[in-house]
Order: sequence, then structure tokens, then C-alpha cells
Amino acid sequence: MNTTLQKITSHPLLAKLQSNPYIGRLFRPGPIRTFSGFLVGGILLFLIAPLVLSQFRLELLGKYLAFAIVASGIGLAWGRGGLLTLGQGVFFGIGAYAMAMHLKLSQTPEGQLPDFMQLYGEVESLPSYWVPFQYAWFAIPAIIILPALIAYLVGAMIFRRGVRGAYFAILSQALAAALAIFIVGQQGTTGGTNGLTNLNNFFGYDLDDPVNRKMVYFIIAGILLGVIAITRQLMFSRYGELLVATRDAYQRVRFLGYNPARVLTVAFAVSAAMAGLGGAAFVSIVGAINPASIDVVPSIAFIIGVAVGGRSTLLGPVLGAVGVAWFGTAASEAYPDSWQYIQGGMFILVVAFLPGGLATLPAAFRAIKGKWDDRKPPEIPSMGSGAVQEASA
Amino acid sequence: MITLHKRSVAASATAITALLLLAACGSTTEEAAPEASATMATEDRCATGDTIPVGLLNSLSGTMAISEVTVRDSLLLAVDEINASGGVLGKQLVPISEDGASDWPTFAEKAQKLISEDKVAATFGGWTSSSRKQMLPVFESAKELLFYPVQYEGLEASPYIFYTGATTNQQIIPALDYLKEEGVKTLYLVGSDYVFPRTANKEIAAYAAANGMEIVGEDYKPLGNTEFSAIVDSIKAAKPDAVFNTLNGDSNVAFWKQYKSAGLDAKTTPVVSVSIAEEEVAAIGPEYLTDQLVSWNYYQTTDTPENAAFVKAYQDKYGADKPTSDPMEAAYTSLYLWKAMAEKAGSCNPEAIKAAADGITFAAPEGLVTIDGANQHIYKTARIGKITDDGQIVEVWNSGEPIKPDPFLEGYDWAAGLSGASPAPSSS
Repeated sequence: MNTTLQKITSHPLLAKLQSNPYIGRLFRPGPIRTFSGFLVGGILLFLIAPLVLSQFRLELLGKYLAFAIVASGIGLAWGRGGLLTLGQGVFFGIGAYAMAMHLKLSQTPEGQLPDFMQLYGEVESLPSYWVPFQYAWFAIPAIIILPALIAYLVGAMIFRRGVRGAYFAILSQALAAALAIFIVGQQGTTGGTNGLTNLNNFFGYDLDDPVNRKMVYFIIAGILLGVIAITRQLMFSRYGELLVATRDAYQRVRFLGYNPARVLTVAFAVSAAMAGLGGAAFVSIVGAINPASIDVVPSIAFIIGVAVGGRSTLLGPVLGAVGVAWFGTAASEAYPDSWQYIQGGMFILVVAFLPGGLATLPAAFRAIKGKWDDRKPPEIPSMGSGAVQEASA
Repeated sequence: MITLHKRSVAASATAITALLLLAACGSTTEEAAPEASATMATEDRCATGDTIPVGLLNSLSGTMAISEVTVRDSLLLAVDEINASGGVLGKQLVPISEDGASDWPTFAEKAQKLISEDKVAATFGGWTSSSRKQMLPVFESAKELLFYPVQYEGLEASPYIFYTGATTNQQIIPALDYLKEEGVKTLYLVGSDYVFPRTANKEIAAYAAANGMEIVGEDYKPLGNTEFSAIVDSIKAAKPDAVFNTLNGDSNVAFWKQYKSAGLDAKTTPVVSVSIAEEEVAAIGPEYLTDQLVSWNYYQTTDTPENAAFVKAYQDKYGADKPTSDPMEAAYTSLYLWKAMAEKAGSCNPEAIKAAADGITFAAPEGLVTIDGANQHIYKTARIGKITDDGQIVEVWNSGEPIKPDPFLEGYDWAAGLSGASPAPSSS
């Protein structure tokens, strides 16, 4: 991203702005640009979006932002660390169910069982694993800590044994399938395929009231900006360099005295925590969760968003997740019978012509126009060396 | 490459974010009072405009599309017919179709879109129980109406949903009564692993316990699973008098092939299915299903003048080889029932329609149906059918008259304690 912005020098006005000693700082990497980037993001999400979007569209955006939170973590683990996390649904699901269990219990009258447990009548009293989730002080940290802990344990076990690449992808996907099947089978205590629905009490705020749903949107938008800040920090830190190095030259990192397994474990755990946060955000804005939303297919959908956006950039995954979800909705509303072909066609186009994702569009565009000074092929950060350059640019 | 000040910048950016967040939350809570009054007042959406938008919400993609597209087609047929005969309250209907994509949160999203963006007067659709459970809070919170056309597991009566498919006492219990009459003493239960089969099987077990029947086996497979040899073997070993099949979708194809190749058929071990209609018979292959039993409220062969007209109109529109099935008929009926209620109420206001609902009748292809205003289900005639080798289903038994819907099975002593209708158990 950094390099691309610097190279757009074709327009004379832009060139003039960039050469200005004060305004130019907006275009050069550094604290001012970072700050103004977040400011623009904040203005877009907190001021522009609520003004131009209807209540319904704003809530949809809130749902997309929940996916974007997950995507940001995948960008770190996959784009930077090379871990193809095909099973983020597990962590998304743990965060989502943790939140949903708390919301369900908080709307259930004291001394009664949640509605679906009464309906299925398989249990007489609240199952023990539900009990701590009635306390917000347990449920909220659990949204982040539980996925991170599980990812850390899984990662510590498998990365030390050198499980990476396709084997890791298959394993993570199997985890997602296993969790979904487990939840479906335990209908009496998990709600089965129907999941937990009709969650309308968000920490005392009635979610039937549109104003409160708007508030949930703002909270999600805030969390997303926070998650982007954390991802940015990790990407451009010493750790981020080490992560990219582990992706590109695992053995060399080892010979230099680092423990690459630990580097990957941390990335996996952080991405899991973000997926958990995304799941909790999803539940808050949608008001329901079920196994189909945390299964293999949604896990792959997360990856598609990240791939389309540009997996190794900071904002690519976020914009990709929002863009793909928005495009899917728009296409399905316009062509309810054939929208999936349209969406599939778009994925193929992006993967075929922009393997680095839409974030590399400007670079590819310049290459086509032949305006690039030394006529190098387009720089695709995800392909290794580019990522490091980007960080240093 | 890495400069120290970046860290502080990121930290301050996070702080700014938090501030923005707090500011935003603060302002929304203050605004809460004036805006809250604007919450989705239930107006008469037929009064404004020259036409009436109605929402059709079915899975047009994904695993459920094969079934739900036929329901959407059937709803479109009803819209065409109603428009040709003058519309509702003198206005033409404009159908707005949305794809639920076999994904339950998508159903909720599209329902919300139809209600708040398209301002539809009513929404028709949904198939799986999971999709209905996801849409339920959307309709209850907006106080708008959903018409749900598929048989389901009962134990529900939302004030904003009309159920035009069968509840359990109109489909499963009559099937059990029929089996009991036939002298069946032992039953084997096979189902897909989701809410409908699990709940239905609990009800079947309670019925069996009260009627001297024995459940000799109970197995579930995930939706879409195609490995049934172990289950078929254990059915063969258990030698039940009959099998009760609540499998849904693709699994049926595999189950029936393996059932036949194990040497089981309608003579040795009959199977009664509650999710196999004309559409599915064609997909599985009638040769695997000959003489097996199904339980529904409507078959393409059901002998009423209304059905002859319905089948002809459907096949004229979509092709002479297209079968009609129970959920399609229930969807078609739901649109006519809504029209009758709106015309009795003189309005599309959901509250007015609910008030007008009780006792509304319609001469449906399945026979006369009547709305029970108390639970917004309809009186339906139960029909047991036998599958013929040409893929049709012929009726072998019916309940004689429409059965009063009883979603919570309150009229059955053996069902006490099955559902939330019973006093809520307290947590320890």
C-alpha cells in the first residue's frame, strides 16, 4: 500500500500536493500518515456511513465489519505468516457462541432455563459449561482468550512437529467441521442446527430498538479500527519481520537462532482471538448464531474475502471481506436466481488476473500502462519479497 | 526499517478510536428516546401506492434450492392467478423474490431487507426449521407477517407467522396411527441430524411408549451424508416391523439404494417417510421406492377439482413433466389465505389480518382448509400415500376430515412434558 501511494505521481495537482512540505507528509509513511489514515477510517465509519446508509444497510455493514475483523487476523496469519487458516470458523464460532450464550442467559428470567432448552426438554438444569457465561466478566474475556488459548495449544502441538502447508490447512478445516457437527449433535444444550436465536438483550440494551442496533454497529466499527491498529503494529514490528521471514525461509530463521514454531503459534493465536472477536460482533449485530455459520463453507468464505482483497497487505483483507460480502448481497438482490455465478466469476477474474488481490490493482494497472520507470512486472506483496519492501517503504 | 515512533502512533490511534467509540455510544444512547418511537409502526402497506409488494423468500441456491425453487414457482403461479382475477383489495401484487441461499442468517437478512427496504405487505417462504427460527425474531420485532409453507416439528406458534404446512398432529401422528392399525409393534427410526428429525423422533418415542410399540433403533446422519451401510445392516439385524424415515435431501438417494441392495423392500420392512414428496421420488428413482409409504396432506393425485386446476395451471406454466408436491401446494394456499384475510379485514395491516384470521377458509387443492386463529396454523386432512412404480403417490388412507392443528400436542396425554408448553423446569 505504501509503495503504491508514493508512485501515483502522474497527476500534476497530486505531485504538487506531495511536494508540499506539510501536506506531503500525508502521503509519506510516518506518524502523520498513519494518524490521518485512522482519522479517515473513523470519519467514514462513524460519520459518513450512518448519514448515507439506511438503518438496514448500516446493520448489514455492521455484519460485514464483523467479517472484516476476522479477515484482519487471517491477513496476519496467512498473508504474513503463510498459514492457510481454512478453519477460522472454529474460533469465529467459539467467540460467537460465548457471546450468544451470555446474551441468551441475560435475557432468560432468573431460575429458568433458556427457551430452547425448555423446548427440547433434554436437560433439567443449566449444563455446567453454561454457568460461567452468565457473567459478563467471564463471557467477554472468554470471547478473546478462549479462541486464542485453543489456537495456541493446537499451534504449539502441531507447529513444533513441523506440520505446515496443506496439512495445516486440512487440519484446521477438520476442526471447523468437527465443532459444527458436535454442536448439531448436542441439540438439547447447544440448540442444534437452529443454534441460538432471538438474542435481543445486549447488556441491558433492547436490540429490538433500532437505535440500540446502531450503537452495536458503532461498537463493532470501533473494534475493527482497534483490530486494524493491532494488526498494523504486529505487521510492522520486529515480530512482523520475523513472521514474514518464517513464511519465506523457515529453515533460515531457525538457523539464525529463532524458534519459527513459536512465531507461527503466536500468529495463529492472534488471528484466532480476532476471529473470536469477529464472531462476538457478528452475534451482536445479527442476533443469532448457528453451526452453519461456523462450518467449513463460511470458513472458506473468510479466506475468499482475504484473497480477493490482498492477503499480505494491512487493509486488503479488511476491504476484501467487506467488498466480497457487499458484492454478494448486491448481486443476490439484483439477480436472485443467478447471483452465485456472478460472484464465482468475479472470484475467478480476481484470482486469475490479480493473484495478489485487489490491493495490488494500482501496481498491476501501472504495469499495463507501461508508465513504470524500469518496467518491472507488477509488484505483488504477497509473493514474498514485496511484503518486506512494503514494510520498509 | 522499523522506527520507534510508529509504535506510539499506533497506540495513539487506538486511543483516538476508543474516544470516537465512546463519543458515538454516548450520543446514540441520548438519542434513544425520540427515535425509539419511530420503531416500525405497523401500517397498512396496501393503502399506499398503486400496487402491493409481496416478498418471496426461498433458497434459490445451495443445498435446499432443488426443493425451494419449486415453492417459489408455485408462489409466482398464485401471484399470477390472483393478479389475473383482480388482485388484492383491487390492487395488483408485485412479487419481490430474494435468495435465502440455504444459509439461515441470510434468511434473516433478506427478511429484514424485504420488510424495511421493499416494504412488502407480507413475506412467503422458508423451508427448514432453522431458517424459520432465524426469521422469527425479525418478523416479531418488526411486527410483520411471514407465511411458512412446510410441514415442521411443531412446538411453536409465533404471533407473526402463519403456518400452512402440517404440524406433527397432522402428519406424524396420523402416520403412527396408521402403522398401529396395520399391526406394527416395532419401529426403527432413521433421520438426518438436525432439529426436525430429532424433535419428531422424541415425539414418536413418546407415542410408541404410550401405544405399546417398541423403538428398536434410532440413528442420525449429518445432512448430505451418503454412507448408510452400517445403518441398513443394523436395520436388517433388528428386524423392525417398520422404519420411520425423517432423512432429508440428498441422503435419501444413498439410503434407498443401500436399503434395496441389502434385500429390504416394502414387503419385508416397509418404510414410512415424511420428507419424500413427488419431487424427491423422481430424484431417488421410483424403482427403489415402489410400495413404500409416505405421509403428507396433499399429493399430485389428490382427487379434488381444485387440484386438477392447480396441477394443470402449474404444468402449463412450468412444463408438463413438472410434479406438484405438498409444500408447493401449501405455499400456493398460503397466498390465497392471505388474500382472503386481507379482504375480510379490508387492510394489509398485520394486526388487522391477524384479527380477521380465525375461521377463514379456502378450497385448496388438498381440500378445504381453515385457519385456526388461536395458533395461526390451518386445519388439514392427513393422507397416507403409497409410491407407485411410475413415481406417483396414491392415497391409501386419509383422516376423513381436516384435523385441528395442535402444535404443542396439548390434546395428547402421552405428549405431556415433551415441550415448553409444560411448566418450565427450574434450574436446580
